[in-house]
Amino acid sequence: MNDLIVKMTTKLVLPFIQLYGIYVIIHGHLSPGGAFPGGAIFATSIVLFTIVFGLRIGQKRLPHHVSSKLETSGIFVFIVFGLTGILMGYQFLTNQEAGFPMGEWGRVFSAGFIPIITFALGIKVMSAVVTLFHTMMEEE
Amino acid sequence: MQILNVILVIFLIIAAIAVERTKDLLSAVIIFTSYSLVMALLWLILRAPDVAMTEAAIGAGITTNLFVIVISRTRRQEK
Repeated sequence: MNDLIVKMTTKLVLPFIQLYGIYVIIHGHLSPGGAFPGGAIFATSIVLFTIVFGLRIGQKRLPHHVSSKLETSGIFVFIVFGLTGILMGYQFLTNQEAGFPMGEWGRVFSAGFIPIITFALGIKVMSAVVTLFHTMMEEE
Repeated sequence: MQILNVILVIFLIIAAIAVERTKDLLSAVIIFTSYSLVMALLWLILRAPDVAMTEAAIGAGITTNLFVIVISRTRRQEK
């Protein structure tokens, strides 16, 4: 797409979309939202970039092997933090009894491992959606 | 609040019929996006902000991108 207005508007709007997506992911355990909407919002910015500037430049920003590794590492972090509960003698995804610090109520760094796995799942959702769109745009 | 609710639901019905009636597929996608945006507003009125955020991100963002890419790969007019 070779339009000056579209390119300039995309460049202006892109950081705000990404900042909002990261905000939704980080405050997933405090406010509405969470991993899935935040990851989808973040992925929308990258897909918008790819549509406007072309597939080649978009894939240079987030190549296929990087996004597939990000997706795998996201679910890996989730499983590792879930298995910690089993190692400490409790069930899968046990939070407070397994020794994670609870912190002060209402702060960002609280609720044990919930912010960490929300962040990991947000990255997983983001890279999954980006991989889906890049694969769809590749096929002629 | 009741009147706003009724207006939004009537807009939803009109948009749903218009998506099915429109022959130009790109216009149908834009009407579907407006449908999704009004649906997000309705979820917010129904006090489900979580669902509203997901609807605005998925329905208005990702789905529109998906349909626009598909239309650019195929033809624009419905036969």
